[in-house]
Amino acid sequence: MTNSAHVERVAGGHRLWVRLCHWPIAVGVLVLCVSGFVILMAHPRLYWGETGNDMTPTWLELPISRNYHHGGWETPQTFQEVPSRPVSAVRTFDLFNQNGWARSLHFLAAWWLLGFGAVYGGAALALGHLRRNLLPGREGLSLRLIFGDVAAHLRRSAPVAPGPPYNLLQRWAYFIVLFLCLPLSLLTGLTMAPAVTAACPWLLDVFHGTQSARSLHFLSFCALALFVLVHVAMVVRTGFKAQLIAMIVGRSGRDA
Amino acid sequence: MTPIDRRGFLAGLATSGTLLLTGCGSEDPPTYGNVLRMGDRFTYSAQRLLLPRASLAREYDRRDISSTVAIGNTDPGNDHLEGFDPVWGRKWAEQAVDDFRDWRLEVAGAVDRPGLYSLEDLRRFPPRTQITKHMCEEGWSAISEWTGVPLRAVLDHAGTRTSARFVNFFSFDTNPDSIDMIDALHPQTILAYGMNGQALPHPHGAPIRLRVERQLGYKNVKFIRRIEVTEHFVDPGATGLIQSGWSWYTGI
Repeated sequence: MTNSAHVERVAGGHRLWVRLCHWPIAVGVLVLCVSGFVILMAHPRLYWGETGNDMTPTWLELPISRNYHHGGWETPQTFQEVPSRPVSAVRTFDLFNQNGWARSLHFLAAWWLLGFGAVYGGAALALGHLRRNLLPGREGLSLRLIFGDVAAHLRRSAPVAPGPPYNLLQRWAYFIVLFLCLPLSLLTGLTMAPAVTAACPWLLDVFHGTQSARSLHFLSFCALALFVLVHVAMVVRTGFKAQLIAMIVGRSGRDA
Repeated sequence: MTPIDRRGFLAGLATSGTLLLTGCGSEDPPTYGNVLRMGDRFTYSAQRLLLPRASLAREYDRRDISSTVAIGNTDPGNDHLEGFDPVWGRKWAEQAVDDFRDWRLEVAGAVDRPGLYSLEDLRRFPPRTQITKHMCEEGWSAISEWTGVPLRAVLDHAGTRTSARFVNFFSFDTNPDSIDMIDALHPQTILAYGMNGQALPHPHGAPIRLRVERQLGYKNVKFIRRIEVTEHFVDPGATGLIQSGWSWYTGI
């Protein structure tokens, strides 16, 4: 393992297929984040369970649009025939809602990411990139090594050369994004799709309902956004220009 | 196979091929070369290809019924609201006064027996009651009980032709919309006249609204006055979903 990683490092930089996949995937993730945020702005309230709307309690309401805590409702009317006495209110508020384009763009970007993600995942598996460079491996479970890596990062002495081998924190970050966040985002996204849950009702059971799935979709987005921010920050810190060139032409400016 | 037969067979192939091609062009919602609408159509095709067409949306228990909200146009008779239609809006307000006794649902288009149906006529069909989840594109959801007549029963009663491909809905506000035959004939697709054990409240689409349970909330057309069955996709114009920038198919 160390040997092959060493060989790659000597070869320098990122392989061609990694570079070809990186940028379309980056575009896909960015478009998904922006359009997803715009979608959330239309209804910045999060719930747990199957149902959630302005007449039911929320676990989080975000002040990200004029819809936050808006009071544009007529007096709620009660459904007398139902024992739990649910209510319904008429909305009078002029809502911020850009979902016409934001939703369609979100799904277009999702198809895009699914396509390039499949190419990337397939290649990473077939070419051993996943096993050799991305999975944290046995040493990834060693707290001593992990803390050592954290300390190295804090001392700013973590490796800076572009491409593999990646340090333990990087491997863990890639592992969590690839095997936790992205699959979770996809599945919770599908759990909000009525035609999909009709075909696969088990999704509703797995995620404890549509609104729980929506909340998890948001939390997964937060983790992904944090990854992107740290990822870009580390690129800047370890030599923005060299790293950028390395992800485009394959070798860092300094090495070449 | 004699030469004549073969020629006839080939000609038949060519004709059906042409039909298939033109059919494909006009049986799908248009994209206008808009990349977002192309994505919508791709999702539509993918879901129709991959998902079983007969799958049922989950139905819930009475104790799962939740509070809900009424949004969009909540009063077609109010000329201050968006979506007000000067002719039909006033008509709705007149008919609402005596609980839509004079209201008639017009069923027309590719049917052998076009006709008018009163609320009483619709209530005479075997009703269907379903407790389902309404998922709004905004992000909220609510569970309600809906009672109505399966759209399929009305379409059968009117003698819908086998060539029919789309069912178009026209409302008392300016929100025309349509669904394909797969959703139209689905057992959970109903014309609802009741909600949570009472007559459909005005803000929720009285006298009848569509329930199409495998799509998002905005496809559930409220305040319906007319149904037209067509053999091709018909773009309802500037106030329709596609031209106002929304996805026509919302299984996602």
